[in-house]
Amino acid sequence: MERDDLIEYSLHNHHDEATGKSIRKKIVQVTVLLTIITTVEVFLGALIKQSSDAWAYVKWSFIIMTLVKAAYIVMVFMHLGDEKKALRNVILIPYAIFIAYLIFIGLWEATEVSSALRSFGF
Amino acid sequence: MAGHTTQLDAKTLWGGKESPFQTSYGKLMMWFFLVSDALTFSGLLIAYGFTRHDAQDAWPIGEETFNSMPFLGHGYPLLYVALMTFILIVSSVTMVLAVEAGHRMDRKGVTNWMIATIIGGFFFVGSQAWEWSHFIHGSEFGKIELADGSQAIVKGHFGEIKNFTVIEAGKHHKVGEVMKEDLMHEFQHAAEKGHLEGGNIHFADGTVAKINKAKDHEMKLIIKKSGSKHEIGSTPITGAAAEKMYYEALYSGEANRVVYGANMKQNEYGPQQYAQFFFFITGFHGFHVFSGVMINIIILLGVLAGTYHKRGHYEMVEKTGLYWHFVDLVWVFVFTFFYLI
Repeated sequence: MERDDLIEYSLHNHHDEATGKSIRKKIVQVTVLLTIITTVEVFLGALIKQSSDAWAYVKWSFIIMTLVKAAYIVMVFMHLGDEKKALRNVILIPYAIFIAYLIFIGLWEATEVSSALRSFGF
Repeated sequence: MAGHTTQLDAKTLWGGKESPFQTSYGKLMMWFFLVSDALTFSGLLIAYGFTRHDAQDAWPIGEETFNSMPFLGHGYPLLYVALMTFILIVSSVTMVLAVEAGHRMDRKGVTNWMIATIIGGFFFVGSQAWEWSHFIHGSEFGKIELADGSQAIVKGHFGEIKNFTVIEAGKHHKVGEVMKEDLMHEFQHAAEKGHLEGGNIHFADGTVAKINKAKDHEMKLIIKKSGSKHEIGSTPITGAAAEKMYYEALYSGEANRVVYGANMKQNEYGPQQYAQFFFFITGFHGFHVFSGVMINIIILLGVLAGTYHKRGHYEMVEKTGLYWHFVDLVWVFVFTFFYLI
């Protein structure tokens, strides 16, 4: 049975030429930003060796830069920033909690396993 | 309770009119799929982190392993992977521009940006194929097992093999014959089997030939497995000492002293799991890119046929766009955790 009371949400995203222009401007800005971050990452990686004392800071700066890049891709390119707040939370919060837990347990276990292997051999 | 029913009218029930997220069903399901796919990739990367954290210094460093460029040889740490990242980011941008054109019902714009996205996707898949091939074939030096049982990866410029001159005749070759074809392949094959002895190559038919090879330059041995003399994480061995140790092992006449490239059993870069993770994570991502390109092509055909224009909106482009951006998003993490750190 065809229903005529359903709302066609797909049409909500339509916009005119003027809005399109400002959206495109934002896309270009984000592109430039992502390219700059990637270039900085490669230069840092090539200049600073993993054996140097500064490596710990470089490593954390890589992780932060990656999260910034990921945030721009998800919020701007995937338009999650333009969705309803409820939808944004449903997607991001359970995922973030679960992954934070998994990272914690993974690294913790790895430390324990490696110390066990060192004490008892293979 | 049997016999007891509660009457519910349309006012009490949610009539299905207004969606709480104010998003269409298809888009919502695409988001749910992406969250589950993101969990899969996170699981893989965290398993990688677990293994790496466990292996400590034996683990290879990205810039040591991936330092080659097509046509240019080696000495360009991570540049090629950075280029791949850039290609994928650009194709993500053209995709978002296609979605934007769709919101203005600009069919020509959608078509052009979709084509650009598909081209970018093919470039990325091609780059990955090149990198896999490079990873599997390995370097000219390989990984060497030194006299004390330690294992080292080798960096530097490999002196070109000019020819093999036969010094002992076999079934197919006479003394004095000069072999000029397939040298590198024969050399590595013999090295793995321990058929290089004292600078001569021994063939299966009994032929023995002298190897005429140019001198190597800037050789460096980086220890990746401890032996009785050399420890993991010690200063790399360079210069004449490195060359002496390397060729002593290579020309020892013992089998399995050198490993070239990577397969499912061994690799020249580090612990065995390293190659497994490389194949699985980049392979799984590459498969996503490949399916993404295929999906994009199918949607492009729909755009060209005017299906979405007739429908009144280009939401199908938006949904495939979500998938395509996700592929880019995963690569950003793979780039950091597999190659940079």
